[in-house]
Amino acid sequence: MNVMLADDERALAAGRDGKAMAMRIVAESARLLGARRLLPITSAHIDGGLYHGDSGTLFAEKLVTEGARVAVRATLNVGALDLAGGCTVRLAEPQRGMAQRMMRAYVALGCEPSWTCAPYQAGHRPARGEDVAWGESNAVVFCNSVLGARTNRYGDFLDIACAVAGRAPDCGLHRAENRRARVVVDVSGLSDRFFADDTAWPVLGSLYGRLVGNAVGVLTGVRGAPDEDALKAFGAAAASSGAVGLFHIVGLTPEAPDLATATGGLEPETRIVVTAAMVADSRRRLSTAARADRIDAVAIGSPHLSLAEFDRLESLIAGRRLQVPLFACTARHVLEALGDQRRRTSLEEAGVTIVADTCVVVTPILADIKGGVLMTNSGKFAHYAPGNTGYATLYGSLADCVESAVSGRPVLSEPQG
Amino acid sequence: MTVQAKGEVLVPGAPGQGPALVLQAPISFWGGVDPRDGRIIDVRHPQHGAVVAAKVLFVPATIGSSSASSVLLELVRAGVAPAALIIGEADAILLLGLVVAREMGWEPPVAVRLDPEQFSAFSDRIVTVANDGTLQVLDDQS
Repeated sequence: MNVMLADDERALAAGRDGKAMAMRIVAESARLLGARRLLPITSAHIDGGLYHGDSGTLFAEKLVTEGARVAVRATLNVGALDLAGGCTVRLAEPQRGMAQRMMRAYVALGCEPSWTCAPYQAGHRPARGEDVAWGESNAVVFCNSVLGARTNRYGDFLDIACAVAGRAPDCGLHRAENRRARVVVDVSGLSDRFFADDTAWPVLGSLYGRLVGNAVGVLTGVRGAPDEDALKAFGAAAASSGAVGLFHIVGLTPEAPDLATATGGLEPETRIVVTAAMVADSRRRLSTAARADRIDAVAIGSPHLSLAEFDRLESLIAGRRLQVPLFACTARHVLEALGDQRRRTSLEEAGVTIVADTCVVVTPILADIKGGVLMTNSGKFAHYAPGNTGYATLYGSLADCVESAVSGRPVLSEPQG
Repeated sequence: MTVQAKGEVLVPGAPGQGPALVLQAPISFWGGVDPRDGRIIDVRHPQHGAVVAAKVLFVPATIGSSSASSVLLELVRAGVAPAALIIGEADAILLLGLVVAREMGWEPPVAVRLDPEQFSAFSDRIVTVANDGTLQVLDDQS
């Protein structure tokens, strides 16, 4: 099947500059994805600035050299270095230099140096129904589900190519017919106490991702009113345990005012009733070192912490000193706000290491400890830490994470089923 | 009888020749293949330790990762890419690595779609892949 390029798109692709290269990459991807045409986009979030190897740096620099600029607003996801925060990244030369060149090249293309996996909390919020090209699985799922904008998961090269061309392949979640829920996940049987616990949403997200895989689903029977940080944690956990790109929650998310709207009025293909036992199993799976008698570090902030999450962290620490390092990953705009309020210093004095622009599972930050144990309240960190850092994980609430860091050994309160 | 097949060219590239490596399980290039030398590093893959460099690589299916394209691009740049890529189903993210390689001026190997049921006939033979998508066993004795 051939992609039908508009006359201006065809003319652009025939050129010799960086924009032509970007247009050809978008058109070739459209062909491989089976899209019939390209769509104009209004925004992009670029995941390509994280160093995986020299060729990615050389690609970004070629776009710069050939005069490419982003055609739409484009924020940057995390890089491999902490340029604004206070932590030491143990990336050796020549990789460190190449990672820095890569970050510079993306800024030279006109991308905003946001360096965050939560761009939607850094003021980048496309409106409902807008077609956009976003990368980073949690950002994609938040953008689709909570904001109601439309994106597929754009990976390395294609994200920046779309931003420069101002176009994306017309397929997948850009099309209304692919956004309706085919799986209904009923959580009405879970207790009020479960929903009141701050681990409810990451634990539920991790379970949801495993249940639905890459299908679009809708949650019914949710109680309480999860705030944006809870939805952020749910989406991130769901997108790491499954290939979730879009979820709906009846009565909460913009495309699900009621169940019939979420399913497009059609009968769902699958209906799953979630039990307390399924939730307990999901919680257990987040710890690979459930019986650990020590912890070596605590990491929070995947996705990046908001200012409201720092408020909670400070009130839980309550002026005490931590015995174990606590890594708090966040974005530079949150760090600036903390600095203005002189709060950064007191956090650092308590033993918190603030990681900005990057995070502990994408670049070497955690101490090199064989058999180390990492405690976290993040479903996403719990999923990726064992493979990416070599640390085993212990999962708990933010309060448990702080108490454990203060006492220097695991403190776990009774989970709420 | 000559073992031969005609697949659909997914991404044009240099014709290739080499020993066939038919993967027995789906693979994730990101985290599954070492971008420096093309070795299969996924310990759960049945062909863990095998090298994809200079092989005619038959891939029944891929496990999606948004960084698979980066790994394939690294393999091409480092000169350790497969001699040709024969794939059961088009994976747009993986194949993007070949599209970008061509844009960078690093000649990619040809990528061809072929029904995985035809893969086993090529197993461990020396195979040539033409740029029109024709596969042929070179060491055919018959």
